[in-house]
Amino acid sequence: MTIPTSSIEQVIPGQGAMAQPSAEPAKTAKAKRQRFLFVRNGKAATGLIVFGLYVLFAIIGPWIAPYDPSGRSNDLVQGPSAAHWFGTTHLGQDIFSQILVGTRSVMYVGFLAGLIATTLSVLIGVTAGYLGGKTDDSLSALTNVILVIPAIPLMIIITSVLNNASDTLIAVVIGLTSWSWNARVLRAQTLSLRRRDFVEASRASGETTWRIIVFELMPNLTAVIASGLVGTVIYAVLSEITLAFIGITSNDGWNWGTILFWAQGQQALGQHAWWWFVPAGLAIACLGTALSLINFGIDEFVSPRLRSAGKTKLKTASGHTVRMRIGFTPVLENSAATPVMREAK
Amino acid sequence: MKYFLQRIGFYVFTAWAAITLNFFIPRMVPGDPVQSLIAKYKGQLSTDAMQSLYILFGLDKHKSMWAEYVDYWKQIFHGDLGLSFTFFPAPVSQVISQALPWTLLLVGVTTIISFFLGTSLGVLAGWRRGSWTDGLLPVTTFFSSVPYFWLGIIAIYLLAGPDSFFPSSGGFDSGLVPAWDQYFIPSAIQHSLLPALTILISSVSGWILSMRNMMVTVASEDYITVAHAKGLSERRVALSYAARNALLPNVSGFALSLGFIVGGTLLVEIVFSYPGLGFTLLQALGARDYPLMQGIFLIITIAVLVANLLADIAYLLLDPRTRKDG
Repeated sequence: MTIPTSSIEQVIPGQGAMAQPSAEPAKTAKAKRQRFLFVRNGKAATGLIVFGLYVLFAIIGPWIAPYDPSGRSNDLVQGPSAAHWFGTTHLGQDIFSQILVGTRSVMYVGFLAGLIATTLSVLIGVTAGYLGGKTDDSLSALTNVILVIPAIPLMIIITSVLNNASDTLIAVVIGLTSWSWNARVLRAQTLSLRRRDFVEASRASGETTWRIIVFELMPNLTAVIASGLVGTVIYAVLSEITLAFIGITSNDGWNWGTILFWAQGQQALGQHAWWWFVPAGLAIACLGTALSLINFGIDEFVSPRLRSAGKTKLKTASGHTVRMRIGFTPVLENSAATPVMREAK
Repeated sequence: MKYFLQRIGFYVFTAWAAITLNFFIPRMVPGDPVQSLIAKYKGQLSTDAMQSLYILFGLDKHKSMWAEYVDYWKQIFHGDLGLSFTFFPAPVSQVISQALPWTLLLVGVTTIISFFLGTSLGVLAGWRRGSWTDGLLPVTTFFSSVPYFWLGIIAIYLLAGPDSFFPSSGGFDSGLVPAWDQYFIPSAIQHSLLPALTILISSVSGWILSMRNMMVTVASEDYITVAHAKGLSERRVALSYAARNALLPNVSGFALSLGFIVGGTLLVEIVFSYPGLGFTLLQALGARDYPLMQGIFLIITIAVLVANLLADIAYLLLDPRTRKDG
């Protein structure tokens, strides 16, 4: 028994096309328009563009870096100049090159950890939500325990025990300790989906449990999973930089945290070498902001209520200024330059 | 009441899980860390201390894992967390009890201020959607994406200095002895202002955002429309109807994000060389002082659990529905 597309689209508008991988041509056209809608959201578009730049630098960074990030020179602790855009360190290393080369490590750890955490959260969250009963009780307990135990101190201890952990190992540690929040969200979402008609229908028609989970539930959870992934990537990037900053990760690679570690260790503050720590921090902040913007885009795409309202102050025909509140839809009589509101009540 | 007992049961279970985790982590250390430590502190370690180290690291070859686990619990119940190497020969519990009050005061006070400030701003931003408050959102997003410690570095760079009112490091003037007197307390407060400000700025944005989103969701509920239709004042509808209901998820969110905030504040302490747990943890890391690291992790976890319990009590008071079926 096939499920009519319309019922899926009612659940999360815009996800219909993804729910049907073998879409007919007509649906593909529709899907294009819907994806366009997501990108048309200013926040999401800005976020995607900035994020794309980071991905680009992660790929080409080591090739376009003007200097060897660890190479020493005689320009010790020099401010930004034409030769060294972001200045140099106490050993004469070029900070601009360090940032460029470091992008790869940051993005790699962010994504690997994000993927690990998202996979775990989907496995645990959706299973718990769908199966219910004892399975749910034990999986929820596990989720809540991991959620409450402070993750950063735990990561610090595990990483320090694993001497000189590599990027991959760090990503695994971060991934394993940061899935719980998404698992919780996914469980709640699955709980609300599992009693919907289309799920009941596929259960009644004798579909296997895993098939219902993978083909009926998952497509409807796409937005939640995606926003969870983006959130975890931000978190993983911040965690990696934190671990590198306190100096317990491997020392042979460069990432933004390592730069900050050296800046802190070599008294960059005392020498007023602002160029040493400002670029790395701004790089983190811009990446984080870009990812958050993508997440806002996803949120607003799924729940239009959250969109920033446009104009909320209106002039009525009688010249009063009225402030629109949420939950009220203004009825405008003409769409001329001065919108006129019909007198309410 | 049943709800409350369930929560307590959950926290006891979590504490057990954390302690068990703490028991297993050192067993991942490759090689024999105790031998190298004994070599390092030649002759300084007593037989007792060595024995406790072996239990801690699980290297006692004559014992089963289970017997080690039981021994570990016995140690914990005696409050014996082993000896610290960094502050040799002080026991870990003593080192921690010196650092804990600093962290508790700094993090406790700032987190509570941040929660109330953020929630009130969130109410405003959610209720007045489309006004200037929407401009708050990109700013808060930016600040919530910045690592706490980086903001601390910037704060030191911009605000602290030899001639500045704000000291750049430490918890009190170096000439003073910790005591509850008129010299020490003002100095301690002065030293805590900048770290507190840093934590406040980075943590407040999360509350603003979540409260705004809840306000927006709640504001389109029917009972809000009814309240408006009854002719209640705007203020009353916003605070007693919308904010009261929007607050509940934020309170449970408070409990959950506490672990995250504590993690961030440890780093702020490191940047400011503030004499709390975070700075002690950094010293422990530098010296590979595993007993101290584990002790700190344990204390932080227990503190977070207690804070969660308090948040649960607050939730119980705020939401009558949880009291009903007791």
